[in-house]
Amino acid sequence: MTLLSLHNIRKSFGAVDVLHGVDLSVAAGEVVGLVGDNGAGKSTLMKTITGIYRADTGSIEFDGKDILALDPGQRRRLGIEMIYQDLSLAKQQDVASNIFLGREPTKKVFGLFPGFVDKAEMDRRATRMIERLGAHLPSINRSVGSFSGGQQQTVAIARALTFNPKLVIMDEPTAALAVREVQSVLDLIRRLKSEGIAVILISHRLNDVLSVTDRIVVLRHGRADADLVTAKTNMNEVVSRIVGGGDISAAAAHEQRG
Amino acid sequence: MASETAQPGFWARVQRASVERLHIRLESLVVLVALSTAMALLSPFFLSLSNFLNILLATSTIGVLAIAATFVIGSGGLDLSLGSVMGLAGVAGAFVAVNLGWPSVFAVIACILAGSIAGYINGQLVTRAFVPAFIVTLGMLGLARGLALVISQGRAIYGLPAEIVYIGQGRPLGIPMPVIIFVLTAIVAHCALAYTRFGRHTLALGDSEGAARAAGIRVEHHRRIIYTLSGALAGLAGLLFTARVNAGDPTAGINYELTAITAAIIGGTNLFGGRASILGTMIGALIMGVLQNGLTLLAVQSYYQQMAIGAVLILAVFIDQYQVRKESRV
Repeated sequence: MTLLSLHNIRKSFGAVDVLHGVDLSVAAGEVVGLVGDNGAGKSTLMKTITGIYRADTGSIEFDGKDILALDPGQRRRLGIEMIYQDLSLAKQQDVASNIFLGREPTKKVFGLFPGFVDKAEMDRRATRMIERLGAHLPSINRSVGSFSGGQQQTVAIARALTFNPKLVIMDEPTAALAVREVQSVLDLIRRLKSEGIAVILISHRLNDVLSVTDRIVVLRHGRADADLVTAKTNMNEVVSRIVGGGDISAAAAHEQRG
Repeated sequence: MASETAQPGFWARVQRASVERLHIRLESLVVLVALSTAMALLSPFFLSLSNFLNILLATSTIGVLAIAATFVIGSGGLDLSLGSVMGLAGVAGAFVAVNLGWPSVFAVIACILAGSIAGYINGQLVTRAFVPAFIVTLGMLGLARGLALVISQGRAIYGLPAEIVYIGQGRPLGIPMPVIIFVLTAIVAHCALAYTRFGRHTLALGDSEGAARAAGIRVEHHRRIIYTLSGALAGLAGLLFTARVNAGDPTAGINYELTAITAAIIGGTNLFGGRASILGTMIGALIMGVLQNGLTLLAVQSYYQQMAIGAVLILAVFIDQYQVRKESRV
């Protein structure tokens, strides 16, 4: 069943054309790797899915609904979450504030005044989510900026998973992590898949992409240049599709070592 | 040093609890108490109920402006037009009541509305025209002051109706009306900033605009509301001031933005946004009030008071930045 389908997405910034008609589809519970050289348009494409950017032309359907006109908040509510490369955390706020940012539960105070944020409920659910991820944070009442990179990423992941998403987009989730932390992120992706949650993984680490994805889409010059089934491809083919000819074997050998 | 970070001392724990629970920086409370003690020792007139009410009365106008400054700075913005918009609002209210002779209710509405419109224009320019807030509100500082002088033809408008004067000079139960309005405004503002989604989004916005946008907060829309709110509060301050001095003075509120921003910063508002509390700002406003009141009681010329406020602003930002640097080093 197709969860997300993009058709002929175009996006330009002023005179710079970034996306020239991208087609992409993701099925429910499918893990799709999105690879491509720097400047191929990966992040721009993902931001048109989350609604941070609005596509100039084309159509985006999610769960059978046309979502092109929706803003980021509305798309989140439909179940599209993204973990940004820079994590996009509010560093001076605490863990629960970040996880629930934009979706704070509210309660009535003295049974009279509505609209008060239910901080106790937020803290409770945040603690449960962090525990479910098997992570340890010094204190959930500390500002997120005082945490290490891996701990901050835990918060970003918890934020993406708390509201039962259908699709999680991860932009370079392993780029800044230690080896053991990388493994736990890959395990997490497998777990999401087993729970029926679709994942789009953007990564330069092709070994990671080859090990967890079902399909690999190569973005090149603003187009989906190749759509490969992971089980039927290999490092050489992916690299050659990314660089598009030229000295493929040298580049592939470099990746193998990498 | 290492043992200190592992086992935070009593003072550090009290500090943290104070910031987390009450949203108050303990240092500012210490400064307020120390300053009050010093003034009480230096002047025999300082410690009295009437002087206490005097301080609150003088603080009420600045305090309302400081609440506005807290919201704007907390959201990562800046409003330099507070004092001028306050002056414009007061003149607008007096013009409606005296020159047009309309009922007092309309004068009150005119004050708030004039402030809101100025703030709304600030917000539109900041979010749509991509002019930095510093420039937009600096321009509005000139625009609003000029318009106040144009409307009043450069002279104060006298002869306000009794209802308006009551807002500034009335004393139900012996408490000055501006103080009551100021305290009520502060309570509502505190709840809005600390406990509602609106307040949380405001601080998140000041913390990281990217994070707020990614979380689905309508960033530009929220900024426009903040600037409009800031203008409306400046309008309220204008009403309080005009009613208290019983005149629509086009030069009212000159340099008040300096004091208001200083009060907000002393109260623990991060100059670059993301951290702010109304309770803290109230302590900051009281510090400014006590400072001005004490210096007046000690017969220090007002020129020196101006210098003192400027120095306090720089000192407060210095201390704040020093602590931020120290914390990030640990």
